[in-house]
Amino acid sequence: MKQSPKQSTETTKKSAEAPTRRRITEFRQAARAALPLTLPVLTGFLFLGIAFGVLMQTKGYHVGWSVLMSICVFGGSIQFIAVTLLTVAFNPLQAFLMSLLVNARHLFYGLSMLDRYRGLGKIRAFLVFALCDETYSIVSSVAVPSTINKKYFYIIVSAADYLYWVIGTLCGGLLGRFVSFNTKGLDFVLTALFVVLFIEQFKTKENRLPGIIGLACTTVGLALAGPQNLILPSMGLILVSLLIMRKIQCS
Amino acid sequence: MLLNPFEIIIMIIALAAGTMITRFTPFLLFPEGKTQPAVITWLGKALPPAMMGLLVIYCLRHVSFTAAPHGLPEFLAIGAIALVHLWRRNVLLSIGGGTVLYMILVQLVFA
Repeated sequence: MKQSPKQSTETTKKSAEAPTRRRITEFRQAARAALPLTLPVLTGFLFLGIAFGVLMQTKGYHVGWSVLMSICVFGGSIQFIAVTLLTVAFNPLQAFLMSLLVNARHLFYGLSMLDRYRGLGKIRAFLVFALCDETYSIVSSVAVPSTINKKYFYIIVSAADYLYWVIGTLCGGLLGRFVSFNTKGLDFVLTALFVVLFIEQFKTKENRLPGIIGLACTTVGLALAGPQNLILPSMGLILVSLLIMRKIQCS
Repeated sequence: MLLNPFEIIIMIIALAAGTMITRFTPFLLFPEGKTQPAVITWLGKALPPAMMGLLVIYCLRHVSFTAAPHGLPEFLAIGAIALVHLWRRNVLLSIGGGTVLYMILVQLVFA
């Protein structure tokens, strides 16, 4: 807290400016709470963004195209698949359907954010647009302290993660060829993020059974459908299991 | 570059449309003003831990148990993350430490 006494007297003096100043202070406090949590995403997204930028460049696509795609699509897995799609025949329908399938898990993210993202005004459209795996894992797992402005917290996490991805793509497209240190295994930082947030969720007793259901159903989904197509079957199993669990708990 | 600029733009629009449909649909189905069914509110609370489980397994989907090193680097690193996290409860320490350990394991130990 670096609020100088001088600043607070100034705010009372000019009451017209007071709301703006209060907003700035609240924004700073939210940034201090939110930005450290996005550091793993910064590491992971710069690394994967660079990898994506380099990959696009090796297929002959100018850095501008890579950045445009990161700005418009903002989805890791589908963008890597897109690199392959851009090197075969022009088929936008296939790209659209693929994008729907690969990103189907976002449907569940939205369902869990309906309450948290309520009453936030127009900015909600941006928060929904930018609701990727990593942003979702943070905003759905972290209990925002009551002293922190929730709206600002959500905006900062979402905007930071979005920028990391776009900047990473830009760096990859511009200078990725010159990166030569051994980065093997660095992408594990995002796995580590999900593992830690899973443990954080597990702290709350009611979350334990759903957490185990998530692990078990996805393992079954992987065994049944294989690594390429596990998302939809796993989501189906999770939904059915959770509804059965609710039925048993209610009765 | 196989596609021409017009085709690339169409491809980007198609990819973005698919992604955005999945992100916006829940919010369009259950708009702010209306009260949503109780089961949706309940799912909203139960889904985050379940989806975190999905994401963990999803990240490990390419790990092979039959071929060397049999998923050992992943299991050791995740075990270490869990221990460090239960011990210190410091998110950045657990994630940073686990990632460095994993990089050491795949680059030096199981290389």
